[in-house]
Amino acid sequence: MIKKVLTATALAGMMMAVAGAAQARDQIRIVGSSTVFPFSTTVAETFGKTTGFKTPVVESTGSGGGMKLFCAGVGVEHPDITNASRRIKASEYEKCTKNGVSITEVKIGFDGIVLANSKQSDRLTLTKKQIFMALAKQVPVDGKLIDNPYQKWSDIDSSLPNSKIEVLGPPPTSGTRDAFVELAMEGGAKKFDQLKALRKSDKKAFKAIAHTLREDGAYVEAGENDNLIIQKLEANPQALGIFGFSFLDQNADKIQGSIVEGAEPTFENIAAGDYGVSRSLYFYVKKEHVGSVPGIQEFVNAFTNEDAWGDEGYLADKGLIPLPAADREQVKNSARGLQSLSM
Amino acid sequence: MTDNTPPLKINPTLLKRRNAAEKRFRFYGLAAVMTAVLVLCLLLTSIISKGYTAFQQTYILVDIRLDAESIDPKGTKRVEDLAAASYKGLLRNALREQFPGIEGRKAKRSLYGLVGSAADFDVRDAVLDNPKLVGTTATIAVKSSDDVDSFYKGYIPRDVPESNRKIKDRELAWLDTLAADDRIVKKFNVDFFTNGDSREPEEAGILGAVVGSLYTLAITLALCFPIGVLTAIYLEEFAPTNKWTDLIEVNINNLAAVPSIVFGLLGLAIFLNFMGLPRSAPIVGGMVLALMTLPTIIIASRAALKAVPPSIREAALGIGASRMQTVFHHVLPLAMPGILTGTILGMAQALGETAPLLMIGMVAFIADIPGSMSDAATVLPVQIYLWADSPERGFVEKTSAAIMILLAFLVVMNAIAVILRKRFERRW
Repeated sequence: MIKKVLTATALAGMMMAVAGAAQARDQIRIVGSSTVFPFSTTVAETFGKTTGFKTPVVESTGSGGGMKLFCAGVGVEHPDITNASRRIKASEYEKCTKNGVSITEVKIGFDGIVLANSKQSDRLTLTKKQIFMALAKQVPVDGKLIDNPYQKWSDIDSSLPNSKIEVLGPPPTSGTRDAFVELAMEGGAKKFDQLKALRKSDKKAFKAIAHTLREDGAYVEAGENDNLIIQKLEANPQALGIFGFSFLDQNADKIQGSIVEGAEPTFENIAAGDYGVSRSLYFYVKKEHVGSVPGIQEFVNAFTNEDAWGDEGYLADKGLIPLPAADREQVKNSARGLQSLSM
Repeated sequence: MTDNTPPLKINPTLLKRRNAAEKRFRFYGLAAVMTAVLVLCLLLTSIISKGYTAFQQTYILVDIRLDAESIDPKGTKRVEDLAAASYKGLLRNALREQFPGIEGRKAKRSLYGLVGSAADFDVRDAVLDNPKLVGTTATIAVKSSDDVDSFYKGYIPRDVPESNRKIKDRELAWLDTLAADDRIVKKFNVDFFTNGDSREPEEAGILGAVVGSLYTLAITLALCFPIGVLTAIYLEEFAPTNKWTDLIEVNINNLAAVPSIVFGLLGLAIFLNFMGLPRSAPIVGGMVLALMTLPTIIIASRAALKAVPPSIREAALGIGASRMQTVFHHVLPLAMPGILTGTILGMAQALGETAPLLMIGMVAFIADIPGSMSDAATVLPVQIYLWADSPERGFVEKTSAAIMILLAFLVVMNAIAVILRKRFERRW
């Protein structure tokens, strides 16, 4: 019976597929990072409204998932653009090249990762070393690596509050998590001479220590929904949350960003590069599709327009932190000229 | 005649215990029901109290000088020319005239930010409604920005320090002036029902998702109703009882319990990768949901067929009807209410499903309202998920409002199922 159902559905589908395959795609398809999603969709919407092209379809698949779809090949069934909250990896680039995909890289701006808590408690002032000590699974104590013994912030440093360490953050599938461990945790681990030496001798072992977050309940994986984390922070003033800057920006009346290495996570500090836990955001364009899917070139132009990604553009209102003006000019030229990325 | 049975002796302790046990059981039952009702009430209260404000939208009344030269320089008065004109500049001029003496790029930007990013379309619509306005100064209600809207709905408190407020002191002063002038009005939010998705909360609507849901459900129904009912009829009325039919039955019951994401993966592998159907299209979504709903419909239909008493079949066969005639003239019409109820419940389940659609690309930002079954589309529960995940504060109420719409659809569908059952069900 199942077989019968399948064949029947498959047959019905086949007929429709034949009808569908005849027409080429006239709508840009974008996949990729959930961090870039709010920005990409805003540009897509404006692009759809102000030009004669259809509004591009934007899917939020995560950076890695987006790359996988993007690099799968050339043709209307594959997406035209992928967003990423990190740079394309060498392995992904190779896969793209192998499948005949050549790409243009467009860096669009920065995103800060903030550690925030409810306004009902005091603002924390942390160093990367303290963040590492609070969240790593194993920390060096007296020259030996032991399971993280710190239960309270004051155990780490007497200047910190006498409250339980409780941090809500994204799961391992998230690009925010990748960036957080890379920037904050690795940065903190390097402050220990012992781990610094290990980094030189055995990079893999170092990464394993720096990238592994504790699993004893002090770090809570709160899912990909950042609004949920903010609600939990309100309910529990002791807890800290990890998420992107745009969520702090929108909820500044409820939560405050912790000061990391002396810099507060503000628009200005992140743009100036003073706030240490920030990353670059990108999108990648499939050059083979330019011309066959209408509007790609125009979409790239719309994204790299000052009205969009400039200091006062509408993306800044959405929480994107713009590139410095000189970088913007350079990226704009290479993006609009569709320069191929080579690695 | 002597009665040998001993007189009934009642043990009072036992009786007491039994009565107490019964009382306890009743209390547990009542407590369970009350808990369920309470939780339901809590859920509904929380959704409605957060969401009802989304059906209203704050508008700002602006006096706009509608220059004939800039709107309709050639004086054609044709609708197309009026529609193509740019109204943004006029709206900005009007705002500047409202608050003279505002200098500096930043101050102007925040002044323009009081109205929504697509407020110029409100002006255009007003002009198209009444072309005679061209050349006059008209008072037109334009949509306020989402922050201003949230402020008037009480989501942005006035008493927090300025640095933590989305509405700054300067904007607050402007708004107070406008309010003192009775220029802030609230209206029913029609756009919420007529717009597609948007990144601007004040522009976002659910029509795109509703249309997508309807297309998807239409495909699901068209596929799984005939297939499901025919399968049930064959298995129930025609198939011999043997190892194979047993195996099939077990499989169908198992399929009904398979997590829905599995059907999404199947859809990705077969419909997208193998058959090359378009991503994000309601046609694929409908096919995947049909696979998911089939077992439910088959099981419900078989139960409905089984409930038709054998005497009906025997009578029909007895007067010389063929087996097919028996089924289609007598058994199926009697089983139809049950089958339809099962189908509607299956459809309701499909309406609320997101997980399988994730795999086939229907969880996406789609601003255009789908025009056909192969256009990219999203569905109601996906829209709720996307809005719940957006940073802008204005989407909180939209999320709850969309949940209310989805719940309304579900209630209507379930009500139809109940009515069908009550109306047409026959008991033997």
